[in-house]
Amino acid sequence: MLRESIEPSSSSRACFPRASYIIMTVNVLLFASYADKLGTDSLSLDLEPGATVRDLLARVRELPGADRLPHEPLVAVNDQYAKSTQTIAPGDEVAIIPPVAGG
Amino acid sequence: MRTALVDRPIDVAALLRDVGDSRNGATILFIGTVRDVNNGRAVTGMQYTAYHSMAERELSEIVREASAEFGTSDIVVEHRLGTLDLGEASVAIAVAHPHRGAAYDASRYVIEQLKRRVPIWKLEHYVDGTREWVDPTKSAQPAGVAND
Repeated sequence: MLRESIEPSSSSRACFPRASYIIMTVNVLLFASYADKLGTDSLSLDLEPGATVRDLLARVRELPGADRLPHEPLVAVNDQYAKSTQTIAPGDEVAIIPPVAGG
Repeated sequence: MRTALVDRPIDVAALLRDVGDSRNGATILFIGTVRDVNNGRAVTGMQYTAYHSMAERELSEIVREASAEFGTSDIVVEHRLGTLDLGEASVAIAVAHPHRGAAYDASRYVIEQLKRRVPIWKLEHYVDGTREWVDPTKSAQPAGVAND
């Protein structure tokens, strides 16, 4: 799950590589039929900084049951509908929104 | 203007009082109720859930838009959550305006946008004991007709 970034040591190129773990943890809310399909109403995903909504959905699709989600479900970031290119920031609240049926 | 998600029966008389003002010549009250048949299946009840914070935000935004577009701040919307029996009100929209045309238009705008944007979902309970999440995008009826 962790993305590893290997950098050469500043002191010597022959030295052991230094692994730095640069990630952010994002909470993802699921509702109604989507919560049923994935068997949970929330996920905690580790993403690289700069990850977009599209990147997040790609990670969600790796999870059991996620093959039953539509290809491009609606996503909200901090209570507002988001485009697939929107960048996610640490601490953002992300939600995957099933077809709404109020009224 | 006022919007609320509530987990108790909607008091439509209170909504009418809230929009009442002597400058208004027309008041429209829309009530959406739980219907006994949906897409040909006999329904016994309905369970409503919401993404609470976003639903409140989106509902408030819709009412602000309606107010700006149709020229009245006398708009009150309540949407109920939880388990409802047949015939109970799931949503009520009260709009008052000096003139009836704009009052009708604003009321229609609010319900149509609500159905399109507000993250609320309903689990339909059928006579045979099964339950299913309503998906208007797969409905056999035109969008916006279901459960009006």
